[in-house]
Amino acid sequence: MDRTTPAPEALHDVELTVNGQVRRARVPARRLLSDLLRHDLELTGTHVGCEHGVCGACTVLLDGMPVRSCLTLAVSVSGRAVTTVEGLAAEDGTLHPVQRAFQEHHGLQCGFCTPGFIMTACAFLAEEPAPDAATIRDAMSGNLCRCTGYAGILAAVAGAAEELAGTGVDPRERHRPEGAA
Amino acid sequence: MTTRMLGAPVLRTEDPRLLRGEGRYLDDLGQGAYEVAIVRSPHAHARVLDIDVTGALDVDGVVAVYTYEDLPPRLRERLPVLIPHPALTAARTQHVLAAGEVNHVGEAVAMVVARDRYLAEDAANRIHVAYEPLPAVVGHERAASGQLLVHDDIPGNLAATLTQEIGDAPGRIAAAPNRLTFRLDIDRSASTPMETRGVHARWDADDQRLRVHSSTQTPTSVRAVVASYLELPLAQVECVAPDIGGGFGVKIVHPWPEELLVPWAARLLGHEVKFTEDRREHFISANHERGQVQFIDVGFDDDGRILGLDVRLLHDHGAYIPYGLIVPIITSTQLLGPYRITDYRVRFDSLYTNTVPVSPYRGAGRPQGCFAMERTMDRIARHLGLDRTLVRERNLIRPDEMPYDFGLTFQDGRPYAYDSGDFPASLAKLRELADWDGFPARRAAAEAAGRLLGIGMAAYVEGTGVGPYEGGHVQVETTGKVKVATGLSTQGQGHRTAFAQVVADALGVPFEDVEVVTGDTRRFAYAVGTFASRAAVMSGNAIHLAALKVREKALRIASEALEVDVEDLELVDGHVRVVGSPATSIPLGVLATMSNPLRYAFDESARIATQFASPGTTDRPPVAAGESPGLEGTDFYSPLRSTFANGMHAVEVEVDPETSDVRILRYSVVHDCGTLINPMIVEGQIMGGVAQGVGGALYEEMAYDEHGQLLNASFMDFLMPYASEVPAVAVDHLETPSPLNPLGIKGAGEAGVIPGSAALASAIEDAVGVGIDAMPLSPSRLHALRVAADHR
Amino acid sequence: MKPPPFAYHAPRSVEEALTLLAALDGAKVLAGGQSLVPLLNMRLAEPEALIDIGRIPGLDVLEVADGHVRIGAGVTHERLRRDDAVAAVQPLLRRALDLVAHPVIRNRGTTVGSVVHADPAAEMPAVVALLGGTLEVASVRGRRSIEAADLVRGPLESDVAPDELALELRVPVAAPGTGSAFVELSRRHGDYALAGVATEVAVDGGRIVGARATFIGVGTGTAVLDLSPAVAGRDAADLDVVDVAGAVAGFVEPQDDVHADAAYRRHLAGVLAGRAVRAAAADALARAGAGVR
Repeated sequence: MDRTTPAPEALHDVELTVNGQVRRARVPARRLLSDLLRHDLELTGTHVGCEHGVCGACTVLLDGMPVRSCLTLAVSVSGRAVTTVEGLAAEDGTLHPVQRAFQEHHGLQCGFCTPGFIMTACAFLAEEPAPDAATIRDAMSGNLCRCTGYAGILAAVAGAAEELAGTGVDPRERHRPEGAA
Repeated sequence: MTTRMLGAPVLRTEDPRLLRGEGRYLDDLGQGAYEVAIVRSPHAHARVLDIDVTGALDVDGVVAVYTYEDLPPRLRERLPVLIPHPALTAARTQHVLAAGEVNHVGEAVAMVVARDRYLAEDAANRIHVAYEPLPAVVGHERAASGQLLVHDDIPGNLAATLTQEIGDAPGRIAAAPNRLTFRLDIDRSASTPMETRGVHARWDADDQRLRVHSSTQTPTSVRAVVASYLELPLAQVECVAPDIGGGFGVKIVHPWPEELLVPWAARLLGHEVKFTEDRREHFISANHERGQVQFIDVGFDDDGRILGLDVRLLHDHGAYIPYGLIVPIITSTQLLGPYRITDYRVRFDSLYTNTVPVSPYRGAGRPQGCFAMERTMDRIARHLGLDRTLVRERNLIRPDEMPYDFGLTFQDGRPYAYDSGDFPASLAKLRELADWDGFPARRAAAEAAGRLLGIGMAAYVEGTGVGPYEGGHVQVETTGKVKVATGLSTQGQGHRTAFAQVVADALGVPFEDVEVVTGDTRRFAYAVGTFASRAAVMSGNAIHLAALKVREKALRIASEALEVDVEDLELVDGHVRVVGSPATSIPLGVLATMSNPLRYAFDESARIATQFASPGTTDRPPVAAGESPGLEGTDFYSPLRSTFANGMHAVEVEVDPETSDVRILRYSVVHDCGTLINPMIVEGQIMGGVAQGVGGALYEEMAYDEHGQLLNASFMDFLMPYASEVPAVAVDHLETPSPLNPLGIKGAGEAGVIPGSAALASAIEDAVGVGIDAMPLSPSRLHALRVAADHR
Repeated sequence: MKPPPFAYHAPRSVEEALTLLAALDGAKVLAGGQSLVPLLNMRLAEPEALIDIGRIPGLDVLEVADGHVRIGAGVTHERLRRDDAVAAVQPLLRRALDLVAHPVIRNRGTTVGSVVHADPAAEMPAVVALLGGTLEVASVRGRRSIEAADLVRGPLESDVAPDELALELRVPVAAPGTGSAFVELSRRHGDYALAGVATEVAVDGGRIVGARATFIGVGTGTAVLDLSPAVAGRDAADLDVVDVAGAVAGFVEPQDDVHADAAYRRHLAGVLAGRAVRAAAADALARAGAGVR
């Protein structure tokens, strides 16, 4: 147990492109990306369920790749692009196809694990646009949900895959409703 | 156009904002609040000799550090026993912060308030607590022996012992042609919602009001407890449940120490304070459940009919007993399941151990009861060489025997009497859904390929809709929108959607025009809480009744305005209109305006309510005696007793003959929860419950060592199932409406989890031919059982 | 569960990193962070400083050269797993990586990092121990190559000194006539395995001429078991593995823990080794049949 007076913590400038916008914060090196998003940038859509990388609620996209934001030091990803759940719905609030599929297939109940699942699903569907049920189950088996028993989630991802099939849309990008520029 | 909403799988109105990441869960609130870290005991049992906080005060950003010594007298008192019971003769609850002793790893010892959680944890780590460790009491039998005590003044570690009986079980067992005695063990698990606990408090000095946000299943009771312990008038305290990331029972216990400390500190410091529990804390300070040891003594005839059943339960409730005896009382009664048992005796001993306290987790003692009964049924079948569904069939209560009163007392203090249900029909459906009769052929084919298959089943009855009451408020605003409030809170059950469906039907308004608020004492102050699968039953019916009051008033006002009899009016699509003459109608919003006689027209629409606007009668006052202004209604639903849902599960498994790994091939559910408000939501509840049942049967346990250390206090080692571990589930419904409430609803919240361990034990036993008497069951344990059986 | 405070450095060259490692006591290297950050969050590790090697150019080499697969310190598990050229010459890497955690962890965690972390439950250290190869490390004192056999000293303890930086792992390509397999059993998808086996089998003329295995989860560390006596000379197409379990049982030293007892792990290791050797034998035949060199 340390009895010496702690030194004031050095702060680091972190710059991230979050959902297409450049955001800056000055934070200690130990600030987790999950906390930077939630508290320094007030984007509270990303949730924290465990802080040991198992539950997946904190999953965001880093340069389009899903990562656990609770296991990422914000300083170590400065300069990169992050997509959170707030970056999916259209500017006017219209739900992204993956979000809509979750509603249609009752893929959420309390909604706490949902952003993590949605980001995982978006990244997965970008890689595998035409997955079968077993592949979907496999891909969604790194995120914990306590409410749904997963049935609705798996159906939602399958539904979203169908919805997106052939559209050429990258599911990791913000939704543009038909007719929008 | 009015479509009937009740029974429709309407998509949830909660979803869009949650999907967009606009949910407001506890930690999303109070961005500027001070944050809390709690110093927790690393010992299961110890005296606290000294707490040295000087190191913490040096940390930049620390605002305050508190121990028991800093608390005012009222906060030095122990937490309340929430549910007293005459048999609970040795109740012990904890202090808000340890007062000289700790009784479980994780017990709160000191509180740090700092600028943020990082700094608070730094400070907490600099607090030096001197403990004198004491021997820890862990395990049912260690506790029961009483050789070591958790609390020095509670002999035998016994908080309560309670026996209920009907008929003469010992006598009938002794006289029975067949008799079996055996022991069963069930290990602990826990609710483990994805969102941990949290509380935020803000003292408004201008208004002299305290607002507490808590991730709780009972805002009204939290409000009352906070007001009581902080010695504030109730009217100065409000409690709001924000969006809650799952509860499953763990968030019904209150007050947590933090739920008192945080509001107290907020007021003292004149600043918002927030506590967000982390996952490790959740494992060691949020309650557990499920652990029991069961001794069964059963007598039965040659057809498998139970003649007498004598059960003794050891119930480990942990270091403290804030929730009283609810869980073992539920086990004691719900153990009877759908069976006609006239001679039954059950005794439980509720024991202290140096572990996290025990209070309800979805199922709340029913899974244990179901396990006991269903293992008994399987053993009877095996003993007699009969089919397991046949033995159950012979014991089932028949529909014409309803209502069936056992003569016992349920957890609501009222008679344990089944009101409805068709158990034989449920069983027939299950056999069909699971293709029970086709299984022998499937097993034979698998065996030929060297594979081990097994099938099992379990049945349960679930008392739901426990009182004392819930209430609903329905108000039509002058815009025509309908605002609804009820006091219990929501943790993902879709209340806002389901209750809007109820109102849409009762009031004939478009579903989209109804907005529901739950869990906010500012909107509805009389409530009990969300637990025991009661929200749909209780709030659903209360809201329905409140809506009917509004309906009646709307029709009356319209009747006067249109000069038409009430019988000739109907409510359709947000309008009151004349039957057969739809053009003659008044929108509900206008009726709302008219219902509130005005002196001042605050806008255009309000003009019609002013005194010169319409020729009203002058021989009556504007607001008649006994009437109120406004188009709103409040009503309460208070049940005579609980209403009983039921269900049966069947599961088919494959056991790897070499590794003993278990794979679920097929899972079938037959479920009867009476009237369904929203079948999609009900099915979601069942699916979630099944996943927890599978988790509890095969994966989850709280691994305490003999020193009271929780060895698996993380998601790495506490194995909640991912999608890969949960089977696809086939569901079939039966709908026998409850005769006890206007909507005929029975609860659905806990159904999915109740028979999980029993059904899986049954199936695995069937696959490997080895008796399964303890759950959960890992490949390692199953292997050991099989090896032991081979060597016999 | 927030990390304790630490100083943070993001050097832009290997030299800068080595200077920092030499100068700072109690510094730890941060690569993907998937092993380190959980320890920080739980405050099980409290380093004075972190040296983030994520911004050092040149650490992301991934190529097949001179009969070896070169894996730079910055190469993530997932990038390695997906590389088809690598999978063609040393299939055991992809087979093991398929079983490492979940894709989202593999997106950040590095294979070199995992090997240096030396978790006895982790797949990649066992793979490296089996295949042999070297780890190139550097410090201000110079460079050296650590042989696979010398790499791991004990659980969570590698031979890499506190002032050394691991630069590159070199793993030999699969020799002609060999096959490999990785078989494990875990409770849940992506969990650490109750037991796991990496195996390499050599086949000649349709018969087994050699078999070697390493294990995870059963206390053997990086020791290699020569299974040749149990299977040599047998028909690779339908390999009789009846003697494998006995050889394994005498070799492993499992412990009890919350997930399984030692007796089960010993039994499981034997069963999985049999399955792995069979699969590796089939793989060897397939590769020979496909003319894979």
